[in-house]
Amino acid sequence: MKVSYQWLSEYVDLTGYTAQDLAELLTRGGIEVDVVESRNKGIQQVVVGFVTEREKHPDADKLNVCKVDVGSDEQLQIVCGAPNVDAGQKVPVATVGARLPDGLKIKRAKLRGVESQGMICSAKELGMNDRLLPKEIQEGILVLPAAAEIGTDILDVLSLNDEVLELDLTPNRSDCLSMLGVAYEIATLLGREVKLPHVQEGLRESGTAASEKVQIAISAPEQCSHYAARVIDGVAIAPSPLWMQNRLMAAGIRPINNVVDITNYVMLEYGQPLHAFDADRMAGDRIDVRHAYEGERFVTLDDVERELHSHMLLITDGEKGVALAGVMGGANSEVTGTTARIVLESAKFDGGTVRKTSRELGLRSESSLRFEKEVDPARVIQALDRAASLMCQYAGGTAAKGISEHRVKEAHPLAVTVTLDKINRYLGTSLSVDQVGDILTKLRFPYQEKQSSFTVEVPTRRGDITLDVDIIEEVARLYGYDEIPTTWIEGEITPGALTASQRIRRSLRELLSSSGLLEASNYSFVQPDQIRELPGLYPQVKPVALAMPMSEERSVMRTSLLPQLVEMAVYNRNRNVEDMAVFEFGRIFLTEQEQLSELPREREMLAVLMTGNREPLHWNGKPAKTDFYDIKGVADQIVRYLGLETHIRCEELQVEGFHPGRTAGMYMTDATSHTLVGIIGQLHPELQKEKDLAETYVLELEIDALYEHVPAEIAYHALPRFPAVSRDIAVVVDESVTAGVLMDTVRASSGDLLESLSVFDIYQGEHLGAGKKSVALSLVFRHAERTLQDEEITAQYEQIVDALASTHGAELRK
Amino acid sequence: MRERLLSLKDEALQELEQVQSAAELNELRIKYLGKKGPLTEIMRGMGGLSAEERPVIGQVANEVRGAIEAAVQARQDAFDRAETERRLQQEKIDVTLPGRVSKQGGIHPLYRIVQKMEDIFLGMGYKVAEGPEMEQDYYNFEALNLPKNHPARDMQDSFYVTEDILMRTHTSPVQVRTMEAMKGEVPVKIICPGRVYRRDNDDATHSHVFTQVEGLVVGPNIRFSDLKGTLLQFAKEMFGPQTQIRMRPSFFPFTEPSAEVDVTCASCGGDGCRICKHTGWIEILGSGMVHPRVLQMAGYDPNEVSGFAFGIGVERIAMKKYGIDDIRHFYVNDLRFLRQFAKY
Ligand SMILES: [Zn+2]
Repeated sequence: MKVSYQWLSEYVDLTGYTAQDLAELLTRGGIEVDVVESRNKGIQQVVVGFVTEREKHPDADKLNVCKVDVGSDEQLQIVCGAPNVDAGQKVPVATVGARLPDGLKIKRAKLRGVESQGMICSAKELGMNDRLLPKEIQEGILVLPAAAEIGTDILDVLSLNDEVLELDLTPNRSDCLSMLGVAYEIATLLGREVKLPHVQEGLRESGTAASEKVQIAISAPEQCSHYAARVIDGVAIAPSPLWMQNRLMAAGIRPINNVVDITNYVMLEYGQPLHAFDADRMAGDRIDVRHAYEGERFVTLDDVERELHSHMLLITDGEKGVALAGVMGGANSEVTGTTARIVLESAKFDGGTVRKTSRELGLRSESSLRFEKEVDPARVIQALDRAASLMCQYAGGTAAKGISEHRVKEAHPLAVTVTLDKINRYLGTSLSVDQVGDILTKLRFPYQEKQSSFTVEVPTRRGDITLDVDIIEEVARLYGYDEIPTTWIEGEITPGALTASQRIRRSLRELLSSSGLLEASNYSFVQPDQIRELPGLYPQVKPVALAMPMSEERSVMRTSLLPQLVEMAVYNRNRNVEDMAVFEFGRIFLTEQEQLSELPREREMLAVLMTGNREPLHWNGKPAKTDFYDIKGVADQIVRYLGLETHIRCEELQVEGFHPGRTAGMYMTDATSHTLVGIIGQLHPELQKEKDLAETYVLELEIDALYEHVPAEIAYHALPRFPAVSRDIAVVVDESVTAGVLMDTVRASSGDLLESLSVFDIYQGEHLGAGKKSVALSLVFRHAERTLQDEEITAQYEQIVDALASTHGAELRK
Repeated sequence: MRERLLSLKDEALQELEQVQSAAELNELRIKYLGKKGPLTEIMRGMGGLSAEERPVIGQVANEVRGAIEAAVQARQDAFDRAETERRLQQEKIDVTLPGRVSKQGGIHPLYRIVQKMEDIFLGMGYKVAEGPEMEQDYYNFEALNLPKNHPARDMQDSFYVTEDILMRTHTSPVQVRTMEAMKGEVPVKIICPGRVYRRDNDDATHSHVFTQVEGLVVGPNIRFSDLKGTLLQFAKEMFGPQTQIRMRPSFFPFTEPSAEVDVTCASCGGDGCRICKHTGWIEILGSGMVHPRVLQMAGYDPNEVSGFAFGIGVERIAMKKYGIDDIRHFYVNDLRFLRQFAKY
C-alpha cells in the first residue's frame, strides 16, 4: 500500500511530523514502511504555460516553434520536438534556469538556428512514472487540463510536493489497505483525531428508487453476505479531476476516466473494492449472485476467455455473467466512453472464495487483494454512498433514490474480554487499569472495565482481533515492546542435551573434517536422469516428484547424495580444482509408492568423494594419487571410531555407475540379518569419462542404520600382563580369493588366543605361477592369565594353515 | 739427562704446534709418547742414576710427559671441534621451506553456525528436536493456525508433492510434533534446526532451500518478557556481549503477540553503516507468544500454559557474520569457498 502524505493529512492532522517521522512511528508500531519516496524528483522552476502559437521549424521537419505564455510580460519562444504539441494547450514549461530530475539545467539555446527560451516537458522528464499514464502521453509532452492556471508551479498542479510511504503489510493488517485504516493507525500512534469524509456530500438523488431499477438476489449466501448497488443516470465519461488523478498516481494506480477513477479512489480510501457496470449493457433489472456452472465460460475485461468452476462466484444480470465476484468485471458490461448509466456495486464477498478463484485463474487485482483478506462489512454502504456522491460531483450523474441491497446477515462488532491480570502475566509487565484503558481509548476500541476485567467491543474494521491475546498484542505494541522488561524463565531447571544420534553425527563431522575432508551441502532436489545414472543404495525406489517443480533439474527428491557430489566434482574441476576430499550429511527420500499417500521414509546419509592427489603438493616429493584404499580407509575409520567392527562386513558388490571390480558393499551383519548399508567404490570409468573426471572414489553410508548399534560407552580392557607371541603366515592362493575371506578363515580356525590379525603384504610375481598371489598375514597370540607355551602356538599355527589349505587351497609360501 | 728431557719437551711442543691434521697428530703422539718413543727410552735409562738423582729426574720426566700429553690432547680437542663444526655446516638446510602439512578439512559454514546456536541453547537447558523435511499439510500449516486458503499462506510459497504433502516451509512442524508427543506434559524446551524449502527463484539473497533454527518453550507461566530475556541472552552469546536487541511488532499466524527482532549491527556497533542500511540494526529473527489455537491443537490448554517461539534464518546470520554476499555459495560447494572455513 502506497500512502500519500498529503492525502493522509486530510484525515489526520500531521502537523509536527514529517513523512520520515511517520515511517519510523509506523514501523515501531508494527507496520513496516519499506521506503519513503518523494514525488518531486528534483524539479525547480517548472510552471504551467499556455501555447498560443505553433509553427513548423523552418529548417527541421520534426521540430515546432511555439509561443508560450507563462504569465510573464513577454511570451517565450520555445522549440519543441514532441509530435503532440499544439496551440491552445496548457503544458509544463521549464523556463531558463529550471532544473529537472536528471539534474538537467535549462539554458537559453539555439536549435537549428532558432532561439529557444525553455523546454516543454513530458511526464517522464518530470520524473513521473509513465507506466501510470496513457500511451499518447507517454510519447509526447504532458498536456494539462485547461483549468490549470498559467504561471502556477507545476509541483502544485501535479501535487508533486508530496511524499509517499510504501507499507509492507502483514496479512493481518489488511485494514491498512485503506487510507482510512492508515489514518486510524496514525491517529492512534499520535493520539490525535480522525476526520472522516462526509459520505453523502454532493449526492444528488432523484426519480425511481434504486431497488426498483435493479433487484438483487443472492443464491450463494455462504460466499456473499451482503450485496448493495446504486444506479446512477446521466453520467458523462471524461477525465477525472487532476487532484484525483494525482492521488491515484501517488498510490500507483493509473487514471482511466472519471467513473473508473472514482471506484478506485473510494477503494483506496475505504478499502472497499467497487465495480461499475454499464447499466445499458446489462440484460435487465436484476442482479443475481450465484456459483458459476462447472465449465461455464466468461470473458473478463482484459478480453481473455476463462473457464470457470462451480466453487467460483459469478455476478449475473439474470441472463449472463457480468463479473467474477471480487476478482474482475466482464468485458460485456464494461464502462466505455459512451456509457451513460451505471450500476455501482459494493459487496462483501468471502475472502477464501475470492482467493481461490483469483489464484486458479492467475488473476490478482487490487480488488481481489482486499477481498481475500476480508473487507470491513461496515464500509460496504459507506463506500457505495461515497462513490455515488463523487460520481454526482465529477461525472455529472444523478443517483436513483436509495440503495438496492440484499443482506444475508448483519455484522456486529465482536466483544472480547481480557483481564488486567492476564495481560500482565502474559507480557511480564505491571500495567495498571488506567494504562490499559488509555491504550484502548487511543485505539478507539470502546470498552467496559469491571474489577480489572476489560470487555472490548472490537470495531469491524479490525477483523484480525478476535481473541484476548489479540487485545494483549495491541496493548503491548502501543505500550511499546521496548518498555517490556527482560526476565528469565521461572520454574524447574531443565538439562540441555543432545540425543545419541545427534552426538554421533557431530562427532563424525569433527572426525571427518580433522581427517582432511571438507563438508559440502547440496540441494535436495535433483533431476531424474541423475538418479538413473548413479542410484546408490536404493535403485528400486520411486523418486518422489514435486507437483510443480521450478525446473526439470530440480524436479525430484534425491534418493542418494552421490549424484550431486559428482556434479560438485565436475563444477570444481571446471574451475581447475582437481584434488578433492569432501563429505556431506543429508537426507534422502524413499518410497515404493507411485503416488504418495503417506510421507516417504527419510534416511540420513553420509557421503564422501575423493579424487586427485592424496596429500597437498610438497616440494619434497611427488604426491600419490587417491585410490580405492583411501576411501575404504575413511569407511574403516568410521566403523572403528563408532565401535562397529563386529557389525559391519565388506563384500564385493556390483552397482550401477560403479567400477565393477572396484566396489564394495558394507553390510550390517548379525546372526539373523545381512543388510546393505553402504557402498564404497570407484565411479565407473565410462561415467568418469563422460563427466571428464579423473579417477574418482565415493562412499555412501546410511548413517541412520548405524546409530542403534553404536555402543553407548567405551568398554575398557585391562592392559595385558603377559607377553604376546607373533607369527607370520604367507600363503599362495588363487587371485580370486579375497583377503577378507582368508582372514575370516583364520579367525574361525583359531581359538581365543588370537589377539589381532592383519595383512602386511600382497605379492604377485611370475614365479608364483599365473593367476596366483601371495598374501602375508601377521598374527598376534596372547593369553590373559599366563605366558603362552611354544607348543600351543605351533598347534594353533598348524591348525590355521590346515584350514587355509582345505578351504582355499592355500599353500605356504616357501 | 735433565737437559735432554727439557729439550725433548721443547722439540715436541714445537712440532705439535705445526701439526695440520688429526692423522699427523696421531703420528706425533706415537713418536713422542709411544713405547718406542724417546721418552720411554730415557725412562728406561734411569736405572743408571744415583738414588738421589732418580726421584728428581723421575719428576722431570713425568712433568715432560704430562706437558706433551696435555698439548696432544689440546690439539686433539681443537681438531674434534673443527670436525664437528664442519659436519654441522654440511648439514645446514633451508629452514624457510614450507613444512609437511596434511590436508585440512573443515565443517560447512552453515553447520558451524547451527552448532554454535545449538550450544548456546543447550547451555540454557534446551533439547534439540528433529523431524521430517517432507511434511503433511496439517503439521506445516493447519496445526500452526494456517487453515487452507488462509491469506497468510502467501507468506510462504511452498513445494507441494501431493495436495496433502509438501516440503516443510519452516521447522515449526517439529514443534507441533514434539508437543503432540509430550501429551500435555510441561515444560517443553526445544530448538529445531533443519532444512526448509520455499518456492523462491535462487539469487544472491534468495534460496529455495535454506536452514532454520527454531525454538519453542511451553510452560505454566511463560511470558513475553521471558522471550525477550532469552533472545537477549542468545544475541549476546552469538554476536558478543555488547549486543542489544530491539523488538518490533509483527505478524505470524502461529504467534500472538508477534515480534521481529533486530540486533545491533556488529560492523558499526549501532551507529549506522552501509550493511545495516544506516539504521544501526540488523533483522535476524521472528518470534512471539505461541498462539492459543496452536497450543490447543497440540493438546495443551491455553488457559493453563503459555509459550514462546522463535525462528532464525541460519544463512542470513552466516552471511552477516562472515561477510558473504551471495547465499548460493552455501549450496554450490566451490571448494575455494569451503576451504576458507577449514579453521578452528
Ligand atoms: Zn551498521
